[in-house]
Amino acid sequence: MTLIKVKSRGTDNVSTRRNLIINGDMKVQQRYPIGTATQAPHNGYAGPDRWKTFASGGGVYTITQDSGHQADTGHDKALKIAVTTADTSIAAGDVYSFLTRIESNSLQHLQYGTSSAKSITFSFWVRATKTGTQAVFFSKQGTGQDYNHIKEFTINASNTWEHKTITIPGLTASTMVNDASTYIQAGWMLKYGSTYQGTKDTWTTNSHFTTSAAVNNMDSTSNTFYVTGVQLEVGDSASDFEYRSFDEELMLCQRYYQKSYVYETAPGTGTQHGFWSTGGHQGGTSTGYVEGIINFERLMRATPTITLYDHAGNSNKCARLATGVARYTNESISTSNINARGITMYSASGTAAGIVQGHYTASAEL
Amino acid sequence: MFKEVKKQLDIDGKTESNVLIATFDDDVTRIVPKDTNNVDYVEILKQVKEGTLTIKDAD
Repeated sequence: MTLIKVKSRGTDNVSTRRNLIINGDMKVQQRYPIGTATQAPHNGYAGPDRWKTFASGGGVYTITQDSGHQADTGHDKALKIAVTTADTSIAAGDVYSFLTRIESNSLQHLQYGTSSAKSITFSFWVRATKTGTQAVFFSKQGTGQDYNHIKEFTINASNTWEHKTITIPGLTASTMVNDASTYIQAGWMLKYGSTYQGTKDTWTTNSHFTTSAAVNNMDSTSNTFYVTGVQLEVGDSASDFEYRSFDEELMLCQRYYQKSYVYETAPGTGTQHGFWSTGGHQGGTSTGYVEGIINFERLMRATPTITLYDHAGNSNKCARLATGVARYTNESISTSNINARGITMYSASGTAAGIVQGHYTASAEL
Repeated sequence: MFKEVKKQLDIDGKTESNVLIATFDDDVTRIVPKDTNNVDYVEILKQVKEGTLTIKDAD
């Protein structure tokens, strides 16, 4: 008789869907093609999906979905920050950071606001030019009182991939409302001014996101900062990174941002591939009202901000098509019935046509 | 973040619609719903309250 030894299940975090972070390995980027270095907006999105940048001060940096890191980290893609205008004299109110936000309706199991509040563990690969003390922060924001928690970590070697693990104690002092607008955010400080510097290792209601000891990653145009393999999970220890397929990750991202274009095509590109379109029939044309409905790929977090394009890349415009005759660009477009599931589009007047067409992006980011 | 924000009228040409037409810093014009769960609308309200942004009437 053959005996089979069965390994007992330990107390480690072994459940599926452990990683609370969406796109932690930076594999999805819908707004720009891979490798495109885009100036980081203040309070906006321009790099890998779900990763938001803040940049307010004299410095400028770009954000890029970089590739080719498999040998070091187990991930092919990484989020790359590159300083293009240095800021060697940080003013009190300057902010340079990037972060991600997680909806509270996916986090009720953290039991915040109770004596059973759960610890969470943040793990990631990082490669930075600046060695020494760096800072990450965690916040509960949205409905109710904001709380922040700062942690420091150390970069030991310049421009070398290092894996870091940080555990944050549960927040017992404040509950987290169960909705789609309250969130936890986690992010890295490139540098924040003195207004935002405070004490590490404690939850606080102060608007502090970094410590005074943290280095200035913005002080030279030679500086870069990469992260990938980002995981946030319940418990006091980090488990192996939870790999999800590209399709799974893209679907998770589409709750917050989606587009009609082919995946690799940047919004605003002149193309008909992926067009939404009303129906019509040959010869049925009018210079008046033509209406259509866009149903989004997935239900979105909230009613999204919409950008519309015609096939020449003109924003806030559509195409009017006279079947078998011509497709006209730069035609007027308006909207009604906008909601998290879709939107009604209409072209109230324009060139004689029977069909209205166009591209869209929909953004319901936190 | 915004270069210009305007109201929009419904198809009747009289009633104010439930969206705003906003031109962002990247010169792209976007449709922002008047929904306090939308972060762009929240930012518009914040800047209006601070006196740094004025919502213009519809064309």
